[in-house]
Formats: sequence, structure tokens, C-alpha cells
Amino acid sequence: MPPDSDTDSGPGRVTPAPPPDPARIAADAGPPSATDLPPAPVSVRRRALEAWRDIALVAGKDLRVEWRSRATLGQIVPFAGLVLILFGFALGADRPALRQAAPGVFWLTALFVTVVAAQRSTAAESADSARRMLLLAGVHPGAVFAGKAAAVAVQLLAVELAMAAGVLVFYGARVESLPLMAAAGLIATVGLAAAGSLLAALVAGVRARETVLPVLLMPVAAPVLIGAAQAFDAALGSAAADGWRWLVLLAVFSVVNVMLGVGAYGPLAEEV
Amino acid sequence: MTVIRLRGVVVVLGRYPALAGVDLDVEARQTVLLQGPNGAGKSTLLGLCAGLHPLRAGTAAVLGCDLAAERPAVRGRVGLLGHDTALYDDLTVAENLELWARAARLPVAEAPEALNRLGLSARLRSVPAGRLSAGQRRRTALAAIALRRPELWLLDEPHAGLDRSARRIVDELIAEAAASGATVVLSSHDPDSAGGPVDRTVTLTGGTVTADAA
Repeated sequence: MPPDSDTDSGPGRVTPAPPPDPARIAADAGPPSATDLPPAPVSVRRRALEAWRDIALVAGKDLRVEWRSRATLGQIVPFAGLVLILFGFALGADRPALRQAAPGVFWLTALFVTVVAAQRSTAAESADSARRMLLLAGVHPGAVFAGKAAAVAVQLLAVELAMAAGVLVFYGARVESLPLMAAAGLIATVGLAAAGSLLAALVAGVRARETVLPVLLMPVAAPVLIGAAQAFDAALGSAAADGWRWLVLLAVFSVVNVMLGVGAYGPLAEEV
Repeated sequence: MTVIRLRGVVVVLGRYPALAGVDLDVEARQTVLLQGPNGAGKSTLLGLCAGLHPLRAGTAAVLGCDLAAERPAVRGRVGLLGHDTALYDDLTVAENLELWARAARLPVAEAPEALNRLGLSARLRSVPAGRLSAGQRRRTALAAIALRRPELWLLDEPHAGLDRSARRIVDELIAEAAASGATVVLSSHDPDSAGGPVDRTVTLTGGTVTADAA
């Protein structure tokens, strides 16, 4: 193992592992005390429960910070609404064309919103090295990532609900399959939130992070854009294709990004 | 018992070595003052001992944990006050401490007492951390450490930005921690600002230990 890597084995409370060379450490540290004794084993169930508790704690904190700033309601929802309206103007007054374009416009707007939400989420951790608090508290970085991504996903879902109303009103779209629309929206949102949170953490130390994040996120999120737009096409009745099969692509994308984030957030949060 | 044992420790932050071959032993219950000019490596040494920075070379053990492999375990057992106070600006003082307590599995009910101990009034507890003065922020961060009652206190310029009465409160807190058996390592670029009696003074210059006096 390289000397600069962490050894956490999964999300949850960090449990001290036995030292790699007990004889050397013991010799270095002198006679053993109570603090040197190996920790009692922690059950998998308890670790999982603690991980979920940490995820909820981090998500709750982020949502509280966001609620207090009123940015989602006061800035992001109006921004999304404006994008939808301006796209409508650009596409013209042709109702069938608007209906046809609605799924693509919806998810492109959701992608813009993801950039803003993920950037804000990471900025809250960077100010005054606030992320150290959770790190020093012993919260596993994977749980921090999952909590932050969950909070971004909740914000995205709130904005998407408002956007869905906008698409129905301005674009004249009609929902043919609400279950398909809801399932595609939920899975795609999880994927976007995970990818956005991961890439925002990746560029957090970069000077031009505000411009680098969209450049990185847009190509990475292309599968979501394609899959979710196709599924919405079917859900809104503007395409005859079977929308459910696109959910497989969305699910794979979401799972991969969540797993990548849980695994990579620790090294990304390091202070080097 | 040796609480901190460093041998030939090199830490690189960015492109430059912040610590360039540090050897240091700190025994349990000692109060050690790290001093040296700005950029000497004091903050990096404290961050390393808190498990924040990866080792580039050398060996390091803190509280019996090998820092090459067990940094997360170390983080959960120390109390670090850095230059940055690690508070969320949009959360109030009380919410910050409550978040810390919940995350670190500490008794949330004791948070108000910890804030009292640092002289933070009830009125200040509902103020967002972003609106606090530098001294109030440091006292809030110290209250979080006091709540944990760690075995090892790592305090980077604990008196920075504090007025006379706040300095006295912090000095009393450090003295109490030392009296309770904790090991305290604090840093200062001003040799007269330790605030209380210390067992040793270690001088860092250019990322290496250049003097170690009892």
C-alpha cells in the first residue's frame, strides 16, 4: 500500500485497524496502555447503521445550509425556469416541435442545475476548511460523499418538479406514463447528483473550478442526458420506443458514479 | 508512553516539502511548545499528528497508530485547532457544535456547557458562525475540542485573535487538559505567547527541528 493512501474499508464509523507491524510500534511507543489495546470488533450491521446515520447527518446539514441561503428557491428554480422559457423562444411557437424537444430541454436544464448545485455543495466544505470537521470527527469520507450527493439529489428533485410543471405548461407536453417518468427522473437524478458531487470534489482545489466543472461534467453526464431524454420521450408520448429499457443505462450510470464517489472521495478530501 | 514518535518525517504540500526530515518524541502528559518563524512547518507538523497530511518519507506513530496506515483512526482521537476553525459559516454556533457532537458520537447535551466554558454567551449561540469575530470562531472551535476531551491536544496558535480575557479562558482550558493527563502540543511564532508553563520548547526552522529544550 502506498504511504499516502487511506485504509478505510467502507463507509461508516472509522475503526482503528491493527497496526501493520505491532512489534515495531510497540517497541517505539513503550509499554502498552489501555489506548493501545486492539478495538473490539464492530458488527457489519452496526457499521451499516452508523454509515446510514452519518449519511443522514451530512445530508441534513447540507440541506439546512441550502435552506438557510434560499439559493434553491430564490435562484436555482428561477434560473431553470428561465432556461426552459428561453429554449421555448428559441424553438419557436410550433407546438409539436416544442413537445418533441421537451425531454431533451428538460434534461439539459437539469444538467445546468446540477453544475450549480454541486458547486455550491463543495464550496460549503471548502470555506474555512469546514470539511475538516467531519474528517476529524471520524466520519468516513464515503459517507460524507453519499450525504452530500443525497442533498444535491434532493435539491435537484425539487427543481425538477418545478421544471416538470414548466414543461407541461410551456411546452404543451402530456404525461402518458407517470411511473416511467418518475422512475427515470429518480434514477437519473441520483446519477447526476453523484457525478456532479464527485467531479466538484475533484476540481475543488483548482483555481478555475467554476469553469472546469461544467467542462468535465457535461461529457461524463452524456449517458444520463441520452437515457433520461429517451425515457422521458416515451413517458411523454412523443416517441413510440420502449422507455423502460433506458432505465438500465441510467441505473448502471448511477451505481457506477455512486460507487466511484464513495471510493474516491477520501483521497480527494486529503490535504496535500 | 510515547504519544508522538516521528523519525525522518517528510511531508510535501503542493510541490514543496513543508517538513524535511523531522525527528521528534513527545511523551504522554507533556505540554510541548512548538515555536519557529512563519513557514517553519509548525502547522504542518500539527496537521500531520492529527492524521490530515500523508507522509512522503519516514515513519510516524501517534497514540500508538502508524500514520502511514492508520490516519483515520488517529483523526478520531485527537483534538486539532488549526489556523482555519473548520466551522460551517451558514450554521449557528450551537448547530456547528451539535453537528460535531453527533458526527463524533459525543454527548450533545454537554455542548452548551462546553460553549459556556469558553465564555460564549447564550446570545452568540444562535449567531451563524460566518458572522463571528476571529476570536469567537477560535473559541467555538476550542469548545468542540473540549467536548471531545481528547488524549492529544494539537493547538495551532491558540491565542491568535483573542483578547486578554479570552486568552485567560484558553490558558485555563489548556492547563485543565494537561492536569487531566492529556498531552498538549501547541505552536506559536512568539516565544512569549505560550500562555502557561510548558515542559519543552521545540524550535522548527525550514521544516526541521533545530532546537529542543526542556
